[in-house]
Amino acid sequence: MTTQSTKPSENLNIVIVGHVDHGKSTLLGRLYADTNSLPDGKLEKVQAICKQQGKEFEYAFLFDAFLEEQEQGITIDTARTFFMWKGRQYIIIDAPGHKEFLKNMISGAARAEAALLLIDALEGVKEQSKKHGYLLSLLGVRQFAVVVNKMDLVGYRQDVFEGIEKEYREFLGQFKAVPAEFIPVSAKLGDNIVNRSKQMSWYSGPTVLDTLGAFKKEAARSEQPLRLPVQDVYKFDARRIITGRITAGRIKVGDHVVFSPSNKRANVRTVEAFNIEPQPTEGQAGQSIGVTLDEQIFVERGEIASHQESLPSVSTAFRANLFWLGKRPLEKGRKYLLRVATKEVDCEVASIHRIIDTMDLAQQQGSHMVNKNQVAELTLRTKTPVAFDLSSSFEATGRFVLVDEYDIAGGGIVTELVHDDQEFLREEARRRDFAWVKGEVTVEDRAQQYGHRAAIVLITGGRHTGKSFLARKLEGRLVADGRHAYLLDGENLRRGLDADLSEEERGQTTEMARRYGEVARLLIDTGLIVVSTTNPFGLAYHEALEAIRTLVHPAPVIAVHMSKTAEEPPPNTDVLLTGPTDFDAATARILDELKRRGVLAQAIGAKPVFQYSI
Amino acid sequence: MKHLRQLEDQSVYILREAYKHFNNLAMLWSMGKDSTVLLWLARKAFFGHVPFPLLHVDTSYKIPAMIEYRDRLAREWRLDLVVGQNKEALAAGMNHTMGRVVCCTALKTNGLKQLLEHKGYTGVILGVRADEEGTRAKERYFSPRDKHGDWDFRDQPPELWDQYKTTFPPGTHIRIHPLLDWTEINIWEYIKFENIPFIDLYLDKGDGTRYRSLGCAPCTTPIKSTAKTVDDIIEELRHTTVAERSGRAQDEGRGMELLRKDGYM
Repeated sequence: MTTQSTKPSENLNIVIVGHVDHGKSTLLGRLYADTNSLPDGKLEKVQAICKQQGKEFEYAFLFDAFLEEQEQGITIDTARTFFMWKGRQYIIIDAPGHKEFLKNMISGAARAEAALLLIDALEGVKEQSKKHGYLLSLLGVRQFAVVVNKMDLVGYRQDVFEGIEKEYREFLGQFKAVPAEFIPVSAKLGDNIVNRSKQMSWYSGPTVLDTLGAFKKEAARSEQPLRLPVQDVYKFDARRIITGRITAGRIKVGDHVVFSPSNKRANVRTVEAFNIEPQPTEGQAGQSIGVTLDEQIFVERGEIASHQESLPSVSTAFRANLFWLGKRPLEKGRKYLLRVATKEVDCEVASIHRIIDTMDLAQQQGSHMVNKNQVAELTLRTKTPVAFDLSSSFEATGRFVLVDEYDIAGGGIVTELVHDDQEFLREEARRRDFAWVKGEVTVEDRAQQYGHRAAIVLITGGRHTGKSFLARKLEGRLVADGRHAYLLDGENLRRGLDADLSEEERGQTTEMARRYGEVARLLIDTGLIVVSTTNPFGLAYHEALEAIRTLVHPAPVIAVHMSKTAEEPPPNTDVLLTGPTDFDAATARILDELKRRGVLAQAIGAKPVFQYSI
Repeated sequence: MKHLRQLEDQSVYILREAYKHFNNLAMLWSMGKDSTVLLWLARKAFFGHVPFPLLHVDTSYKIPAMIEYRDRLAREWRLDLVVGQNKEALAAGMNHTMGRVVCCTALKTNGLKQLLEHKGYTGVILGVRADEEGTRAKERYFSPRDKHGDWDFRDQPPELWDQYKTTFPPGTHIRIHPLLDWTEINIWEYIKFENIPFIDLYLDKGDGTRYRSLGCAPCTTPIKSTAKTVDDIIEELRHTTVAERSGRAQDEGRGMELLRKDGYM
């Protein structure tokens, strides 16, 4: 409710955090009461309930809405409250201070643009004062003020206030956080909240209300390079609209944009909107927009659009700072779903470097798990390459959450790109794709003509497992069904393309796999289903498989692994064949996988429902 | 009107997340100002289309003008309208004199639960706002409900940045709240800004009263007001200190906490 008649020009999200019982809800109640921002009768209603229950009225009761919160005198979950002052609409989020409810505090702080952190003058700096201070920094809330509350209980003494300021500044300094102000207040009695305190003439700084007014609207990220994570692709009518929220920079009609990690490119044809006249021609950071492209390239949710001069990083690994909120601990080696911007991909914790104790920032090494409410430095490894940024350069594309089963169980920021062994090949593929010269025939044309998509089936396994035999059989079956398939045999490359290499050079898997991958890429571009084995690489098939995957990306790779006895297949194997092989059954399984991946239609003769293209 | 575009961008993002993640999605539409703005935002998000059904839980006690307005917009905007009703309770004579919480539970909460169960919706979009009343101030944008449709407000999932809870065990569903950050004034400013058709019960038509919040006829009373245009309403709201839902009887005492814990909207 508001008694302010000025029109709002902007919204600002503020969170109030701090240790339990240090007076966050009281501060909020006081702020509303002293600015006449409460609805008529609200104060009286809560006072009456208190009287009825035989307890002293507290301002905190105004916003602790749940019966249980009022009975226990603590805030359980964050409440959004609204407050208008001098032309600005504040959405104030009152976060709980009890450590049991840390996930609620984090939910509140994650959507804030500025924060007030409360410390009780009598109790001093407590565990959650430190944890909340550290988490604000981790969550990216850089604007905040420290409010030293309950000054009435320490006789409004300046030395007490200064002692707390010194101790807390030193703590914050360790991770380079700098508060805008330290303000001595009594929320209960209203000192320095809205009105200046008569008891603390030694303090000449701003009140809490002044401080809110001085917080700046988050600096527009429009001046940064473009980041537009693809949220969805719509085709409700004739338009094929790519939607997303611009997290940094600007995009306009005519811009040449690159989608990472697929490296697909196109020009922006239109910016689409509903009920906006005239039709917009550009968008900027913060906006949820939709664009159409001049070419029907297939892009999907999770890719990040940017300009070619400033691309996001692409890797399968990064180092991060993470806080964990899960019911069960985060464990090394276990699978989680990683969500970076709109991308969702399976990942695992490759290593936990250290656990950080937020009390004293001491570091503990050699741990294999991160417990609930702990903060850790770790390296994550994803199943497939992901586009992302460092959190220090791009906030929104530099942070992530981890999902354990059904729940978001942790979050963090990317601190470092970890170079994986595919980095050079990925760079080669990127440069090659950017410069690729295209004819008039599009991928779409070829797929329509052939009745299927291009793909590669890669058969891996040890010696004498029947890889070559299966490959021949599969090729035969595909062609008999009217598909355009081709068996790429490593031996043929060896005698032709690789004829200039010395025996020693031919022993180098990296270079051999690179040549093989580039040839496969060319064949895929012709629209073929390439069938091949890793025979030429012998037992180094793990390494070769990864290299080929990187070079043919984003074409579908159907990985088939054959072994006589049960063994660990390479990562991301699609079809696993163990023991004596029934080649007809194996062929049928591969055909099913080709259908499942949308390469082939479900029925011969029918046009496939295309899920992707290259 | 930059702040309205900011609110719109956030709501559109949430709607698109909902559409992406839920195969069986629906939106609740009560024909009131909030859910009508929500419907408009869906048309924004999906470029003039509304790609999911709109549910109306009809208590049979709604003001007749609301039903006419509903059917007109459904026709003009080609909406997939699904109307649900707790016929059993109505046949047994349920009405507000049996107790307001009892009546709301039977006709609205249970009416909604029956509809959700019957159609198997796993995601339901609602137009609740945080500034309406205390328990709604504590909602998440994506808020899970258990097998019985109950809300466990003691253990809500974390909501970090723009990442929402979109996975859930079978048998449960998620309530999606794209309007949480909007205030009552924002709703009217946006109606004016976008020129959204709204029901004229919100305006004074000469007798010095208007509805500020719409519900069932017996439990909703008009307020004294001479606001005849949207501008008048905005001006009035800028100066009022009376709570929006003061005309809604169900808010008495702890009514809303009890109702919402059990799955009320």
